[in-house]
Amino acid sequence: MNPFTIHKGLVAPLDAMHVDTDQIIPKQFLKRIERTGYEDVLFFDWRYLDDGKTPNPEFEMNAPRYQGASILLARDNFGCGSSREHAPWALFDYGIRSIIAPSFADIFFNNCFNNGMLPIRLSADLVEELFQQTRAAEGYSLEINLPGQKIIRPDGSAISFEITPFLKQRLLNGWDQIGLTLRYEDAITAYEEKRAAARNA
Amino acid sequence: MKKNIYQKIWEAHLVCEPEGEDAILYIDRHYIHEVTSPQAFEGLRLSDRKVRRPDLTYATMDHNIPTTDRSLPIADILSRAQVETLKKNCAQFNIECFDMFDPRNGIVHVVGPELGLTQPGMTIVCGDSHTSTHGAFGALAHGIGTSEVEHVLATQTLRQKASKTMEVRINGTLPPGITSKDIVLAIIGKIGTSGGTGYVIEYTGEAIRNLSMEARMTICNMSIEAGARAGLISPDDTTIAFLKGRAMLPKDRSFEALAEEWKQWASDPGCSYDTLVELNAEDIEPQVSWGTSPEMVGGISGTTPVLADVADVNKRHAYGKALEYMGLEEGMPLQSIAIDTVFIGSCTNGRIEDLREAAKVLRGYKKADSVQRALIVPGSQAVKRQAEEEGLDRVFRDAGFEWRESGCSMCLAMNDDKLAPGERCASTSNRNFEGRQGKGGRTHLVSPAMAAAAAVKGVFTDIRNWKYQD
Repeated sequence: MNPFTIHKGLVAPLDAMHVDTDQIIPKQFLKRIERTGYEDVLFFDWRYLDDGKTPNPEFEMNAPRYQGASILLARDNFGCGSSREHAPWALFDYGIRSIIAPSFADIFFNNCFNNGMLPIRLSADLVEELFQQTRAAEGYSLEINLPGQKIIRPDGSAISFEITPFLKQRLLNGWDQIGLTLRYEDAITAYEEKRAAARNA
Repeated sequence: MKKNIYQKIWEAHLVCEPEGEDAILYIDRHYIHEVTSPQAFEGLRLSDRKVRRPDLTYATMDHNIPTTDRSLPIADILSRAQVETLKKNCAQFNIECFDMFDPRNGIVHVVGPELGLTQPGMTIVCGDSHTSTHGAFGALAHGIGTSEVEHVLATQTLRQKASKTMEVRINGTLPPGITSKDIVLAIIGKIGTSGGTGYVIEYTGEAIRNLSMEARMTICNMSIEAGARAGLISPDDTTIAFLKGRAMLPKDRSFEALAEEWKQWASDPGCSYDTLVELNAEDIEPQVSWGTSPEMVGGISGTTPVLADVADVNKRHAYGKALEYMGLEEGMPLQSIAIDTVFIGSCTNGRIEDLREAAKVLRGYKKADSVQRALIVPGSQAVKRQAEEEGLDRVFRDAGFEWRESGCSMCLAMNDDKLAPGERCASTSNRNFEGRQGKGGRTHLVSPAMAAAAAVKGVFTDIRNWKYQD
């Protein structure tokens, strides 16, 4: 997994509450057995017209000014519904590295960290402010500084954000979580032996 | 100290809590299916890792498989490849797999409980958000992503932070015609689809205690629709009676000894939770969802919302968008909504009791001519056999329903069972998201009895006034 340290990128707005993972990537694209190659099917039903090819001009992210965005601005409860990790895979393949929203669904939130993406929770008021600023200024970019836990706006002002030390370390180092857990393999074996002994007692 | 069931299971499964890291929690049961596991097995192969406990891991095929004639090959090449990949992976890593032709095949959340693989006090995970279903047995069960599937395969553990706990207490006695589906939809209507985020829910109260295991599974199943990864019900005599005689229970101890152990997991009387939500069973009406999120739901006597009455601007925007997608007007009586299609099945409502309830309503009736299709998809092959033994398939066929093979089917429409754009469906599944049952499809979530009644009337109707025929 690639480390996430400091990321500067263009911001795109996705102005809807409760964006579920069925919207992020519809079920017909879950039949593949690969982990990558989902960039063109992200937000498929919203992004394209009924022919499945022509970009939908009413989908805000399709506007030329948001092309190449790597930071997604969203509303409450982003990523709810199905546990499909295809959702963060599709966002990552599209180029998204960080998502800012007032709240995230639990499973989606965890899945992001397993793919080197940083979901950031900010207050609904701050998110609203960022929506307004993003729309007001073409090319609106943010710098996300994970070591300092702050988001730096174009005018230099900073917004700080919370993250647990463990998740922060994992992203900063790009750690593979399985490798991390296997360092405690002895403890897992000891646990299994203790349970087996208790059962046979 | 008095403990709730979540605290008991958490403490008993804690392998270690390394300094500055998330805890390592042992996993007792890992269910896998064809859609969310291939990349996990590929990951194991790429890093040359083994499955630590194939004996605690069970696979089934459910999402992609056809519900029509199983003797034919799967027509969709990608679906077929995914199903075959699961079979190969299970063979390579020595995991038991209930494939399409196995009499034990079915939806993962139906099969685990009916085989007795799901037991009180266990930690259970699966790459599927409706794993919360197994919480009905007093197991800590929740969905995980594919990276976590790989983590569990390799280590038989999961990294976790302790959740907060929410008690959802349903007081009193359920009125006739009200089912556990109505309870859980009413809960979601009250707390919203993110109301349970960060929490594990325990459902308590008289109305919950009086529910069958099937009904309890329906409630726990939809915990995720309230934002909670897991929802539990403390085990009791109902739990134990359900598990008695199940085929895959542990063989090294007597059932009495197992039952004694299981009872210990129940929350201690007087234990505490971080928060409490209360509902009175008497206040719950038959529920119908009208929008594109499970929280957009109301009682059958009500109407769709009037946007001017919605104070929150983001919510008003979301409601307006949902009504437009659903092709509904503001302030419309729910009983005036005409449907095209009925789907009865899924891990929410595809169990034998659900089919019995639907059959009870349909006996002596036919679906309305305006209803173009009506599907019954049993949750498992065992449910299908049981229903046929009881003659329920005849009732459904006589009413003009199609009697199908088991699987996830139209709940998520990964196979050929899907809605056309604009098609309106009364569905016993769990999600009414845009396009969930097919692009442009319109889903209304209801109980099996309400779905059956809607099939007969062609519009949603109040099941409390139903004239049952014997």
